[in-house]
Amino acid sequence: MTNIDAYKTKYSSTWCPGCGNFGIWLSLKNALAHLGIPPWGVLVVYGVGCHGNMYDWMNAYGFVGLHGRTLPVAQGVKAANHKLPVIVITGDGDCLGEGGNHFIHAAKRNPDITVFIHDNQLYSLTTGQASPTAKAGFATKSTPQGVIDAPVNPLTLSLVAGATFVARGFSGDIPQLTKLMVEAIKHKGFSVLDILQPCVTFDKDHTYDWYRKRLYELSASGFTTNDKNAAMLKATEWGDKIPFGIFYEEDKPTPEDHEKALANMPLIDQPLTVSIDNLIKEFI
Amino acid sequence: MAESVTWKIGGEAGFGIISAGTILSRTFSRLGYYVFTTNEYPSLIRGGHNVVTTRISVKPFGSMNRDLHILIALNKETVDIHKEELKVGSIVVYDPKDYAWQTDELPAQTTLVAIPLSEIVSKFKGPAVMRNTVALGASVALLGASLDALSAVIQDQFKSKKKEIIEGNIAIARSGYEYISNSYPDLTSMYLCSSSNNGEHLIMNASEAIGLGAIKAGMKFVAIYPMTPINALITFLADHAQSYGIVYRQPEDEIAGINMAIGASVAGVRSMVATSGGGFALMVEGLALAGMTEVPIVIDMGMRVGPATGMPTYTEQGELQFIIHAGHGEFPRVVLAPGSAEEAYTMTIEAFHLADKYQIPVFLLTDKYLNESQWCVSATLVRKNVNIDRGKIVKAADLPDDDSFKRYRIEVDGVSPRSLPGMQNGIYYANGYEHNEYGHATDASAQRTAMVCKRLNKLKAMEFDIRPPAVFGDDEADITFVSWGSTKGAVIDALEILRNNGIRARLVHFTWVCPFASEATTKLLSGSGRIVDVEQNATGQLASLIREHTGIEIKEKILKFDGRPFLPEEIVERI
Repeated sequence: MTNIDAYKTKYSSTWCPGCGNFGIWLSLKNALAHLGIPPWGVLVVYGVGCHGNMYDWMNAYGFVGLHGRTLPVAQGVKAANHKLPVIVITGDGDCLGEGGNHFIHAAKRNPDITVFIHDNQLYSLTTGQASPTAKAGFATKSTPQGVIDAPVNPLTLSLVAGATFVARGFSGDIPQLTKLMVEAIKHKGFSVLDILQPCVTFDKDHTYDWYRKRLYELSASGFTTNDKNAAMLKATEWGDKIPFGIFYEEDKPTPEDHEKALANMPLIDQPLTVSIDNLIKEFI
Repeated sequence: MAESVTWKIGGEAGFGIISAGTILSRTFSRLGYYVFTTNEYPSLIRGGHNVVTTRISVKPFGSMNRDLHILIALNKETVDIHKEELKVGSIVVYDPKDYAWQTDELPAQTTLVAIPLSEIVSKFKGPAVMRNTVALGASVALLGASLDALSAVIQDQFKSKKKEIIEGNIAIARSGYEYISNSYPDLTSMYLCSSSNNGEHLIMNASEAIGLGAIKAGMKFVAIYPMTPINALITFLADHAQSYGIVYRQPEDEIAGINMAIGASVAGVRSMVATSGGGFALMVEGLALAGMTEVPIVIDMGMRVGPATGMPTYTEQGELQFIIHAGHGEFPRVVLAPGSAEEAYTMTIEAFHLADKYQIPVFLLTDKYLNESQWCVSATLVRKNVNIDRGKIVKAADLPDDDSFKRYRIEVDGVSPRSLPGMQNGIYYANGYEHNEYGHATDASAQRTAMVCKRLNKLKAMEFDIRPPAVFGDDEADITFVSWGSTKGAVIDALEILRNNGIRARLVHFTWVCPFASEATTKLLSGSGRIVDVEQNATGQLASLIREHTGIEIKEKILKFDGRPFLPEEIVERI
């Protein structure tokens, strides 16, 4: 157990007072402390959006990438050093809009990466346009008449694409979110935790209260996490009642498990100088 | 006796034409000759017209020329298409079953050699594709060499196959060989002079040379989305990944590819990507990220005919200016343009060295002609040990324990110490936003200015690394050619033709195109008299670059953009 202050920098947050991101950041620090992962023992890859600004006040190795490109960077890091925990902090627009193709393919490969999606249905850093998860009818700066597209469902998409840990959390319930984060990080494979969060500045509809009235805990209803079909069905539930918790878990080898070059040690520990005498023979 | 013989084999895709070219090249390389093989084919897997040309010579040479001494026609179309290239004395090898060619259908004094290719293969119960093996046996006989060298190459090429298959191939090759020695015993016009070349050569394309260079340079991670003309690099690295401790990932697109390579590099290994113009267009955003985060990566950019999908299996040098200028914002990069597979090998090692030394993206600007032709590469050169210097990567033990480590510390040469994730006391942010020395975001005026200068200072620091253009030919020249990358060989061969015609000419050739060797170029070109730019593109991109950096305007240009590599005779005719 590490002191959670170890993950703080001397920078102050620039999020709006009451922003859902605070609950996510606090839960992340709690989870890392609980797991005893020191700030220097983890790499966090951040996307671009309000979520991504977290790195300035998060003391840990950070890669602050391009909008939508967190997952390829995270997979490259993992391939080079699969002993290093890699966490992705991304947003609904970053991960599922600009980065949608990467998300599908990362899930299908099942790298040992933990993905926390800050899901508020909005592009808030650009002052409140509709994101891919915005529900039909939601009026935003880019959809004054209300969203006409069907929303992307991060959970069903994860399940179909092959993620081996699929869960939903809520930024307004820090103890629960911490627990889910711990499980997500512990899971070996591609873990997706979609985190519902209110945007207190650009969304007056989906408030903390709006969510609290509707959310119920899956595990309390006796839901088991090993049935993909049941998880699919449950993941489509949205309305007066919204389930949260772990929807699905599966043990499956990661690409690093399959990779014969990594059988003995990570790439970063392998010798640089190699003998190519045999290789030369192929070309004579 | 011939000093140089050009051999061409044509037929549909799937007829084993490429492998025939490789086997013939290796056979004569082992016999001590200089060899070079190119191909030309449309973008399809079956059918179409494919052709492979191999030149075998007792003397070193730079490119193909207009010679065609032996044409192996695996179908009628091959003769239809190539008969205009035939010269007095050329030999046409064909199967009468495809078409019974008559001498009056071909240029005068062409020798027709009829071989029942299909019949011989059927006799051995081999598949139709093995007609290429009959043709190889026949070719070796026509060239006056012994069958043993060919058999040995076949043996090695097929060593993973069953013994019966290897013996079957050799038996079929022998039938082709014996058919010539029995039916055409007097046909000795193409017998090659014995060769004095004692150097051992590897026969490989530039993709393989780059792969070999990368392995020698300690490259550990590579992400490549398939695309002509760099697919041979995927095959080579994927085949050898396990043996050399390499991870090859096939990304979902080129955007993912370059971001994966950046991630692997940040984690601490040498990493690379490869693509062609269209794929690189997708990587441009990631290139700027590597520039901003100061992450070393190597990008093998194999040009082909553009724009858009263009002519995917043909060659061009259309992306020099694109690569030099790609990326939003300003940041340093190096662009190296090898002129042969051997240079591709050495420049790959150099590229990884420079990427680490300056923490920047480094390009290998290659093309289809380099990547898919088979070149001679000195085995002695490849056997030489490579010194690997990872640059300013700090040791974990040397990191200060008071949170004072600055990953982006302002340094005179612009290159700051680099920690690797997992090192205690080395925490930093590799940040795509403008940042301060720790990697925290900043938009303060002074910090922004200092960081831009820091990154661009690398350009000053690398001035001593910049390779000036190489000069070939006569110092006292009436004509000075300028060229870059893969046009080198054709221009060098053109110099020799000109010399034989009493014209003194020289070549100023660029393999290091960015940062540009301004001073050296100005010195070389000032007062040169007649300067002629030779480029495989439609706008003379090197000439623009020279003008930008030296003020010298080159008005005379020999440009070619039909997708086919230059022949030396074309250059001579166009001056």
